[in-house]
This record gives sequence, C-alpha cells and structure tokens, in this order.
Amino acid sequence: MSSVRTVPPLAAYALALGDDALILAQRLGEWVSRAPQIEEDVALANIALDLLGQARTLLGYGGAVEGAGWDEDDLAYLRDDRDFRNVQLVEIPNGDFAVTMARQLVFSAYQCELYAALERSGDATLAGLAGKAVKEVAYHRDHATQWVLRLGDGTELSHDRMQAGLDQVWPYVDELFDPAAAASQLPGIVTDPATLRPAWERYVTSVLTEATCRTPEPRWRSRGGRDGLHTEHLGHLLAEMQHLHRSYPGATW
Amino acid sequence: MSQPAEGSKRGWPLWEVFVRARRGLAHQHVGSLHAPDAAMALRNARDVYTRRGEGVSIWVVPSAAIVATSPDEKDPFFDPALDKAYRHPTFYDVPEGAKHL
Repeated sequence: MSSVRTVPPLAAYALALGDDALILAQRLGEWVSRAPQIEEDVALANIALDLLGQARTLLGYGGAVEGAGWDEDDLAYLRDDRDFRNVQLVEIPNGDFAVTMARQLVFSAYQCELYAALERSGDATLAGLAGKAVKEVAYHRDHATQWVLRLGDGTELSHDRMQAGLDQVWPYVDELFDPAAAASQLPGIVTDPATLRPAWERYVTSVLTEATCRTPEPRWRSRGGRDGLHTEHLGHLLAEMQHLHRSYPGATW
Repeated sequence: MSQPAEGSKRGWPLWEVFVRARRGLAHQHVGSLHAPDAAMALRNARDVYTRRGEGVSIWVVPSAAIVATSPDEKDPFFDPALDKAYRHPTFYDVPEGAKHL
C-alpha cells in the first residue's frame, strides 16, 4: 500500500483509533507467558483481546468509509509503518511490568474519556463501538490503577521502579491530546482530544497521589504518530505481527 | 487498599474462588488462584473464571481460611450415615396428585 493515500477524514479518524488499539494489543500480547504470575498473564491477554476487538471494528469501519476495498486484515497486515496512524505511546517497548502498567494507566484513562465522549457521537458506528468499549476500558483502567497503587505505595524498590516507569512513559502523554484534523472537519462526530485532558488529568493525578508517586515533568515530548512518523520500535513490532500473513497470504487455520 | 495477605515463600497466597452463575443460584466453587491481596484476587478471578460470561457474582476466600475434614477422619465422619436408609424420605407414600415434591 502506498504512503500517499488520500483518506476521508472520518476514515482517517477511525483508522487512527483502530491503530492505537491494534498496536497496543500486539504489545500486551508479548506479555503472554512472561507475566509475573499466570493470573496476570491471563489478565493482560484479556485486555489485549478487548483492544483487538475494538481495532477490528475501527479498522473495518475505516476501510469501509475509505471505500478503497481494504478490509480489516489488509489494513492490519499489509500497511507499512508510515501508513500507521497510532500515537507513539502504544508502540514503545513494554519495558518492565511497571513501565507497562504506567502506559496502561495513561492509555486506558485516555480511552475512558474518549469513548465516553464518542458515545454521544453523531456517527452511529462510532457511538455504538464506544458504548460497548467504554465498559472494557473502565476495567483496563481499574486493573492498571490497582497495580500502580500497589507498586507505587509498596516497598522502596517497587516505588522506585514504578516512578521510573512513569518517567519513561510521560514524554508520550502530550501526543494523545494533540488536535485531531478530523475534529474540526467533523464537528459533532469526532471529539477534540484536548477536551479530554482535564478529566484525564484529574483521574491520573489522584491515582499518582495515592500511589505516592509524582507526576513526571518530561523535558521532551513525542509527536508525529498521527502523521505516520514513528519510533524505530514500530517496524520491529510490525515485522513480527505481519510476517505470517505476508509470507502466506490469506493463511487460515 | 486491602491488607496484603500472608504469602508463601514462593510468591502470592492462594485464594479459593466461588462464582454465582445467575441470580437465585448459590455460589459454586470453581477453582483457585494466586493473588497478592483480596482486591486483586477478585480481579484475577474475574479474568480467569468469568471471561466467557459464567458469572454475575464472585467470592474469594483465602485458602488458608478454609477448615476441611481430613481423609483420616473419613470413617467416623461419613461411614455411620451409610447404613441409615430410614433417613431418606423413601418410606412415605406420596399422595396421588401431590405436586412440587
């Protein structure tokens, strides 16, 4: 697929949200068989599958709106990294468990606000997806919250590692709330990400305070994911995710 | 936050999980799992035992809190009941037409 596609705003928006969910699902899937306990293994896999379900709906819808004949599998498996529109937060490596939980807290709290807003979208498909997904991401947020509280307000070692995880993730926060081109083009359908930030901030700050962690003040910030500019890590992730489909097109089992 | 339960040397303590499938049914024992404390045990139970829509309510109990009969006590505990057939309600004639028995 070429990098110079002209995608209608609604399709671009659905693909961007779908790519966020797809890439994070793939990242969380990497924890399977490596989590601290088998119970946590199952929890992370469940969360990953919730996100994969959201991605399927969003990519399928984006592809249908674009009308160029791409289905969800084509979009997931046949695009190169420059065609992915996810924020960089979801593509960074998992790091240790604290880094993953920091990222989960940031992203699931963002998704909670996002889907709560999209439930009122004038677009029936987006509103329908959001209505279902808002319950899923509320659980993801609770799961991350529980861990950030326990690690942050745990032992000296767990506190330091939780804080280090937060510090590592925070440069990628601002990008979540950057203006979306589609928001001005599709008022009433697409939510302006900046409007989600105050509620996000309130929730995350209250968790960090209770966890005795400080809100990091990063000296740089990521940008560009929504324009197809990614970290080096996305290419490696896609190589693993797309390898089978590209080697054996249409493979099923 | 709930108090951490006492863990084994190898990790998190064990919890027994009870799930109620529907309103009106009793909670049934479905299995056990490891978790650092009660709140996390509930969440792990949700992920391990209700991910296919099996339940509407979950109980978790520290496995250490369960008092069980021991195999050594099996005979005095259970054998005396085996030959007392008169304890079963099979010696009564059920009146014709009685419903809901």
